[in-house]
Amino acid sequence: MRGFLVLRVVAKLLMPFMLVFALYVQFHGDYSPGGGFQAGVIIAATMIFYALIFGLPAARQLVPEALVETMVALGVLIYAGVGVAGLLLGGNYLDYFVLAHSPVHGQERGIFWVEVGVAVTVSGVMLKIFYMFAGRQRSAEDE
Amino acid sequence: MAALTLGIALQRNLYAVVVLSGAYSFLMATALVALDAVDVAMTEASVGAGISTVLLLGALYLCGGEEAKPLTRPWLPLAIALVIAGALVYGTLGLPAFSDPTAPIHIHVVPRYLHDALRETGVPNVVTAVLASYRGYDTLGETTVVFTAGAGVIALLRRLRRRKDGGHKA
Amino acid sequence: MSVASHFSYWVTILLMVAGLYIVIARGNLVKKLIGLSIFQTSVYLLYIAPGKLIGGTAPIVSPAFKVYSNPLPHVLILTAIVVGVATLALGLALVVRIREEYGSIEEDEILAADRADGDHE
Repeated sequence: MRGFLVLRVVAKLLMPFMLVFALYVQFHGDYSPGGGFQAGVIIAATMIFYALIFGLPAARQLVPEALVETMVALGVLIYAGVGVAGLLLGGNYLDYFVLAHSPVHGQERGIFWVEVGVAVTVSGVMLKIFYMFAGRQRSAEDE
Repeated sequence: MAALTLGIALQRNLYAVVVLSGAYSFLMATALVALDAVDVAMTEASVGAGISTVLLLGALYLCGGEEAKPLTRPWLPLAIALVIAGALVYGTLGLPAFSDPTAPIHIHVVPRYLHDALRETGVPNVVTAVLASYRGYDTLGETTVVFTAGAGVIALLRRLRRRKDGGHKA
Repeated sequence: MSVASHFSYWVTILLMVAGLYIVIARGNLVKKLIGLSIFQTSVYLLYIAPGKLIGGTAPIVSPAFKVYSNPLPHVLILTAIVVGVATLALGLALVVRIREEYGSIEEDEILAADRADGDHE
């Protein structure tokens, strides 16, 4: 795909918009359809798009394997961390209303961080699975 | 969608089957929008038609894209499928009619969610409120499932290459 | 009870049975996985169709609308979709490994190879 100039230029133009759309879906998920899962999948799709056009090594350089593996675990940790924060601040596990000065504000903050955790894990896992499938050489028939 | 499913069942070139299944996912997302399930439609379109197609194509590249011709005509599975379909149709005759406001699922818990979600959580999207706040434990479990799937794929497909350069590469 | 009132269930059953047929009648492992995912999407329809109220709208609370479709199945099915794709990814990873070990992804060839191995031992 290296020689196709039109594809490369269009891809470079489109990718910021895809990422902004993913962020919009993530943070506006309280007021319109969306939320963590959809945003995570769109972020992963953006990186897969980049890998398809520019090649897997370029994508690996942009988003290294170590970063992706960290993201996979980090999202679950964020989610569980919100729960533990609820414990530390006086409520039960995963109670949101203790997180801020007013219960409704606490709910909004809790929902925000929980969705961030979900998006991070989902995008990390989808991208990692793609890396594993695409980076594997087709096993030669000489085995 | 029935036509697409028939094509998927009969078509033997697996790349064509993957494209058909992507089209099927998009049609399913459209049907879900018609049923007012907008969050679900967005998820089905992105996950079903996007990620599934990419993963299937990746797997096909590694596995080979042609399905072998079946040796015997599959009459027994077809008969089993039709019998199960008949039994299920008989079962659905007792279910509530389409769009019946007095069906049990509309009466018990949902009015409270619809009424109080905005006041208690400050989030107008009731699906997000229920997913992240009222039923937050389920979402924690689901995130763990996604994490486990990623860990499982890493464990299955990791190559431990012991070569001249020593060490191993993930 | 007329055709129109239960039509959504019958569409669901048609898709479910088609997916089931693909799973049990086809020997290719990747096609079985695709049949399984068709089965799963029919289950999504099974849950969401009864939640729809004609004249209602999407469950996003706003002062302009009074009747909303039921949000509870949407939550369940969101989780189900993501779990479904996770299962598909794991299944495909297994198929890739099977291909590398046995050299084929047709069910009968794999069973024959296993039986041949069993005879030799």
